[in-house]
Amino acid sequence: MIHLTVNGKERDWDALPGDTLLDVLRREGITGVKKGCGSGDCGACTVLLGGRAVNACLVLAAKADGAEVVTIEGVSSDGALHPVQESFLEAGAVQCGYCTPGMVLSAIALLARNASPTEHEIREAISGNLCRCTGYVKQVEAIERAAARLRGER
Amino acid sequence: MREPERRAFAVVGKNARKVDGRGLVTGGPLFVADVDLSQALIVKMLWSPLAHARIVSIETSEAERVPGVALVMTHANTPPTRHTTAGQGFPEPSPYDARMFDTKVRYVGDRVAAVAAETEEAAEAALTALRVEYEELPAILAIDDARRPGAPIIHDEADATGIYDARRNIVADVDIDVGDVAAGFAQSDLVVETTCETQYAQHTPIEPHVTLASLDAEGRLILRTSTQVPFHVRRIVAQALGIPVSRVRVIKPRIGGGFGAKQEVLLEDVAGWVALRTGRPALFALSRAEEFVSSRTRHPMRVRVKLGATKDGLLQAIDMEAVSNTGAYGAHGLTVLANTGSKTLPLYNKAKNARFTGQAVYTNLPVGGAYRGYGATQGYFALETAMDEAAEALGLDPIAFRRLNAIRAGEGSPIFEKLGEGREGVPQTVKSCELEQCLAIGAEKIGWSAWRGKRERSGSWVQGVGMSIMMQGSGIPQIDMGAATIKMNEDGSFNLLIGATDLGTGSDTILGQIAAEVLGVPLEKILVTSSDTDVTPFDVGAYASSTTYVSGMAVQRAAEQVREQIFAVAAPLLGGDRQDLRLRGGEVVGRAGAVSLARVCERAMYETDQFQIGATASCVPTESPPPFLANFARVAVDTETGFVRVLHYVAVADCGVAIHPRLAEGQLEGAIVNGIGYALTEEMQFSSRGRVRNPSLFDYKVPGALDALRLDVALVDSYEPTGPMGAKSVGEIGINGPIPTIANAIYDAVGVRLRQTPFTPERVLAALDRAGVGAE
Repeated sequence: MIHLTVNGKERDWDALPGDTLLDVLRREGITGVKKGCGSGDCGACTVLLGGRAVNACLVLAAKADGAEVVTIEGVSSDGALHPVQESFLEAGAVQCGYCTPGMVLSAIALLARNASPTEHEIREAISGNLCRCTGYVKQVEAIERAAARLRGER
Repeated sequence: MREPERRAFAVVGKNARKVDGRGLVTGGPLFVADVDLSQALIVKMLWSPLAHARIVSIETSEAERVPGVALVMTHANTPPTRHTTAGQGFPEPSPYDARMFDTKVRYVGDRVAAVAAETEEAAEAALTALRVEYEELPAILAIDDARRPGAPIIHDEADATGIYDARRNIVADVDIDVGDVAAGFAQSDLVVETTCETQYAQHTPIEPHVTLASLDAEGRLILRTSTQVPFHVRRIVAQALGIPVSRVRVIKPRIGGGFGAKQEVLLEDVAGWVALRTGRPALFALSRAEEFVSSRTRHPMRVRVKLGATKDGLLQAIDMEAVSNTGAYGAHGLTVLANTGSKTLPLYNKAKNARFTGQAVYTNLPVGGAYRGYGATQGYFALETAMDEAAEALGLDPIAFRRLNAIRAGEGSPIFEKLGEGREGVPQTVKSCELEQCLAIGAEKIGWSAWRGKRERSGSWVQGVGMSIMMQGSGIPQIDMGAATIKMNEDGSFNLLIGATDLGTGSDTILGQIAAEVLGVPLEKILVTSSDTDVTPFDVGAYASSTTYVSGMAVQRAAEQVREQIFAVAAPLLGGDRQDLRLRGGEVVGRAGAVSLARVCERAMYETDQFQIGATASCVPTESPPPFLANFARVAVDTETGFVRVLHYVAVADCGVAIHPRLAEGQLEGAIVNGIGYALTEEMQFSSRGRVRNPSLFDYKVPGALDALRLDVALVDSYEPTGPMGAKSVGEIGINGPIPTIANAIYDAVGVRLRQTPFTPERVLAALDRAGVGAE
């Protein structure tokens, strides 16, 4: 048993020995967290842990005890999409969508610490999120749009 | 629809929001494994540790006693039906050389036995408890060893069918020619010959293969699976398990990419068998390492191209010969090989004399399959390298040389008829070809004249530009079929039911756009349901760049039939002539006024001569119009380390009318970045005993956001008269570009030809050393 605040809700979660944060979340229906490799190479399981984008498959559940976790399910509120999500849809940055939750969370973490990232900074921020569908062009564009939106420019 | 009408498109040609976008961007439970799995058995496979061996015995009793184990499967207790795992139309052009479980293993990673258990831990423990005795056999680990006299026979089983020459390990053989190739070379002033080799590569969809099998209340098998070919899965699973098609339902939810890897039945038979035997749901999911080793790969090939041309630059003859390594099983062996010729040679139809010969051979290595580009990718490496060499030898600009020889609108190629999907093809005249525009725009965007031959240096780095052109097809003519059903609802919305399979491409969206365009409603009024074999009409699935062209035409036809029914109901309401009626803005508009679609449907459902407004239509295309692509790359080569960087990549495509321009661009961008990985870094490496050494995304390098910098994609104005709304395909073609384009740019920079992919620093450095141009 571990204690976590997930998407603003604080409670105890079942955890088996050896479980990662990814295992715990998916088992309880937080399935926006995807598994693509289980070894921290693809970024499909990216969550925000204390505001930082991390691979949930590399975090032992026991180590996360007491932490605050945000998953893609906690990003939109009252049915309103987060500006990063809006921008992903507008820019055509979503193809199969399997890498999208992780990519969106990496972008949100970036924009929280850097309101005006350069293209290179955006690419660095999502460099741990592999996408095989898009070629990254439209995701970079989406994050640029979202940054402008969050700065109140659009 | 006639060409002039396209300017008036209301929905087509616009960047609508993807119909599944909101669910995907909010992380909705849309994928195979996103449902409650608490009751599911976990399936795990024991994979062969040996490249080639007979299974002498499998002792299962200890594994069966592991607590939580529900079922252990081996060749002894599963159906032995030979089939192909290739998800192709029936009868499949791939040999029946696979069994659910066999008495022989043919590569490191082949199936040996499987277990189903309550937990992953129990399943793993049971695998460890299996005792397998093997009789190891000599293995074939190189393409050149397959056909040697005395080579071990990989498929020596008596019940395999469809193998060209099993005793010589030859899966397939292709030999076609047009004109007289020898005469063509004899009348040539210049003959160049080049041989290029491609590597083992894997698709790496970010979601590995996964299947959830369960039984419904009537005991029917429900397969929720990440597949590109739900209807082929239904047929092949029924065949492999020996049950009627009617006992199987296949549902494809959202899937995390496919790229051809999921045009294959890899998990569904085993998961399905577990559900049938135990009555329990069963989840079979490949790990990333298993995805690399035991799913499918791109067929490695050696392709030799010989070109003959006269001094004025006109090609007289092309001779292409390919040897394809299909690995341990022959899935897609024949058709990928045939495509290497059929999707490349018609491009240069000025060569009246052409020949394609090739063989696909078995080895004891991972299995080749469908992979975006499907043989054309391998063929274009050699062809476009040879074209570059010939241009140089003739003293012609590479762009001008290609212009001179490339196919144009109004022209055909006898190759279209001679070579099709592993058999004779279909005669065809190209009706849309904007290659000229593609070349002009691309050359401008890359700065061709500014960079070409300049070899700008910065320290040990030298820059160069290269280019290539290519075509693909749009579906498999007279074989592929797509069907669509549209029915009307009383609020003026429509259900669009399609067998077509959206694997992330956005086909649900663009097929919805086509329906919306014909029916005169916004996309939101089209409710798209796809890929459920109980609900949607048949479609071969997502492969061969077929969905927009083939399924799209089925949708257009169904929508046109529905439109006629709507007019029939509306005519009495509006009076006047039925010929004057139009669908626009959710209304039927006539000379005398307008009536809403909702009113029309109400009348048909509840009032007069009641019936369901709805129609089903099919499309079997009679031709396969090629999309065209011009590629340009500017690269920098480090003469000290051999490192190659792509600084700028430009791809300009003619895909007919882009139904959804952003999604079409996305297809090209994704394919090109995948192709850049294939050109520079991606390579499955093998131990001396045939084991994959690098089955992880850490050791097998696919491009990340920092690896793909400046990428410009453009779509030219084009209209394909045989396509739905003027469209042809765009899904595969982009992946063919990077290898030859980058190779030709490296040559422009440093004067060495790379003929083996990927162009790793080691290979580039070795080539520089051989040429004596490396930095000292």
